[in-house]
Amino acid sequence: MTPRTMYEKIWDAHVVRESPGEPSLIYIDRHLIHEGTSPQAFAGLRAAGRKVRRPDLTFAVMDHSVPTKDRHLPLVDQVAAAQFEALERNCREHGITLFNMFSRNQGIVHIIGPELGLTQPGQTIVCGDSHTSTHGAFGTLAFGIGTSEVEHVLATQCLPQFKSKTMLVRVNGRCRPGITAKDIILSIIGRIGIAGGTGHVIEYAGEAIRALSMEGRMTVCNMSIEAGARAGMIAPDETTFAYLEGRPFLPRGKDFQVAVDYWKTIASDAGAQYDRVVELVADDIAPQVTWGTNPGMVTDVTGKVPDPASFADPVDRKAAERALEYMGLVPGTPIQEIPIDRVFIGSCTNSRLEDLRLAARVVAGKRVAPSIKQALVVPGSMVVKAQAEKEGLDKIFREAGFEWRDAGCSMCIGMNADVLPSGERSASTSNRNFEGRQGKGGRTHLVSPMMAAAAAIAGHFVDIRDWPEVRTAVQ
Amino acid sequence: MQPFTKHTGLVAPLDRVNVDTDQIVPKQFLKALTREGFGRTLFYDWRYLPGEKPNPDFVLNWPRYRGASILLTRSNFGCGSSREHAPWALLDYGFRAIIAPSYADIFYNNCFKNGILPVVLPDAHVDELFRRTQQREGYRLTVDLEDLTVSDDSGWRQPFQVDAFRRECLLKGWDDIGLTLRFEEQIAEYERRHPVSARMYEKVDATVLPPQESIHRYKRLGGGEGEA
Ligand code: SF4
Repeated sequence: MTPRTMYEKIWDAHVVRESPGEPSLIYIDRHLIHEGTSPQAFAGLRAAGRKVRRPDLTFAVMDHSVPTKDRHLPLVDQVAAAQFEALERNCREHGITLFNMFSRNQGIVHIIGPELGLTQPGQTIVCGDSHTSTHGAFGTLAFGIGTSEVEHVLATQCLPQFKSKTMLVRVNGRCRPGITAKDIILSIIGRIGIAGGTGHVIEYAGEAIRALSMEGRMTVCNMSIEAGARAGMIAPDETTFAYLEGRPFLPRGKDFQVAVDYWKTIASDAGAQYDRVVELVADDIAPQVTWGTNPGMVTDVTGKVPDPASFADPVDRKAAERALEYMGLVPGTPIQEIPIDRVFIGSCTNSRLEDLRLAARVVAGKRVAPSIKQALVVPGSMVVKAQAEKEGLDKIFREAGFEWRDAGCSMCIGMNADVLPSGERSASTSNRNFEGRQGKGGRTHLVSPMMAAAAAIAGHFVDIRDWPEVRTAVQ
Repeated sequence: MQPFTKHTGLVAPLDRVNVDTDQIVPKQFLKALTREGFGRTLFYDWRYLPGEKPNPDFVLNWPRYRGASILLTRSNFGCGSSREHAPWALLDYGFRAIIAPSYADIFYNNCFKNGILPVVLPDAHVDELFRRTQQREGYRLTVDLEDLTVSDDSGWRQPFQVDAFRRECLLKGWDDIGLTLRFEEQIAEYERRHPVSARMYEKVDATVLPPQESIHRYKRLGGGEGEA
């Protein structure tokens, strides 16, 4: 048999029907939904008189618009309240398991899927959310879909899909201390561009990727969509199996071993062909900071805000000019001299326990700079929050002057009260620095949790590799 | 879905690369429960000044582009969030076709589900169309999905490609859920051969409610309990 990539193996195992000239019908193992992109899908279903085919494979959570404090108080946002009610009504009507905002297991959809063990290697997972690519860290084919497709999956548990091309991104060697998964993925995006992965599913490999924890791998796969790719994947290994064992939705004992034996077969075969291969040297990667209005506008913390004139392509030059105008930045400014107004540690990219531990290590015993108007820590799930509190991380953050909140998307998207005010500048561990993403007129710089924490302490960006508490940190 | 066969209309040029779906429909409008009325929200942050006053600098507000139904733009249009609110807003505003050198995957797909035709033309042709649109007020194009061409009334004419299956669906305005449901037998057969389950081995704090019961009514400020 010809060697196959992991993507091809998972694809082949999920083909329900194939016919030349038509998209293949692919079976979906897990369907995750949230309050933002599902109401119209249920309305469509209702209008057509259709039912949810597999409510047992469908899981719902409230994350995008939920308040991150005082949840017991009445909701100020009436429109959000209607959205929560709609989700609850839809789940009730169709028998779908719901993690509402009062659940101890509530959290950002891409955090709780893996945390509960709903996400497993070899599966297909979809969600009406582009960062569904996160789940690919487990060797899962996971991708974001539109609301019409949400309706399609609800009704049929299948999706007609055209096969994507494949891209292998290999990160060779080991990263230096202070360099995290976030810096790896930002430098990959800086290298291939925000449309570099369009039409492709990316598989990440190489020593630096293997060395990452599951948390780090999820950070990398999470931002695959920021490179334009539909999905990102990492072959499952002992790190994956160890993470999964004992999670609520995983079988126990012998049955778990049977699952592991299967999971071991899904990695790409030796000699499998990819449509494109990109290689990076881990040793070259420095802490990354974005300077513009998309994640590809990124540079090393030791760098400077670029001069638009340095872009050869006139279209890129214009885009850079526009970005600098929006960001209120002058070409040639050293990144480390950019002052920050707010700091956000959270989002489905960087709000897992490991992220909070790394950030806490940077802030322990220090104080947030007086110039910082707000420093927020928003754990990705209520489980992460509880674990962090057990370790005393909340105390470290609070004593340093951070706010410690309940789980949700929060200032990643600003659909609740956590909004970046117009003209203000944030150091954010989220994934999108688009215009207005964190709030209209807000200026976002994407960084790793350690970099965000250090920026909160210093009041501007700093090279955390210079900090003694970081030199010894494991990535 | 409204079918698309052939459309002639005024062209509006949006000369920006990498327009993301956060710009097409900002997040404050993602709380709606229906698909209707998103036209007002299209390019909201660019289109309006405070108080929802039209921003005279934004190209769609220029009188000469009023009533445009074909959007001409640059590469990687629709990147970022998967929100289908983006095509809903474009359609509700009045756009039936988009012309660009490339699109982001999810957005491209979402267009076909909503009767919008995203036409891919090479950079050189897109450049030429920007020139023509800017030079000639009232510049119109015809996008023909039947013979797969874009043309104007002065003899400029270029072919484009669309996957044959997608073309067929759009031409006929098919409901693709209906198409999939024709294969119910095969789906059931797949489920027999590959039983998929999501068994919970350890109890978690989730709710599956019997139809008539409500666990929580969302209390609203000033409004007492909401209808759940
Ligand atoms: S945290 Fe941000 S990127 Fe992630 S699901 Fe929520 S809104 Fe989307």
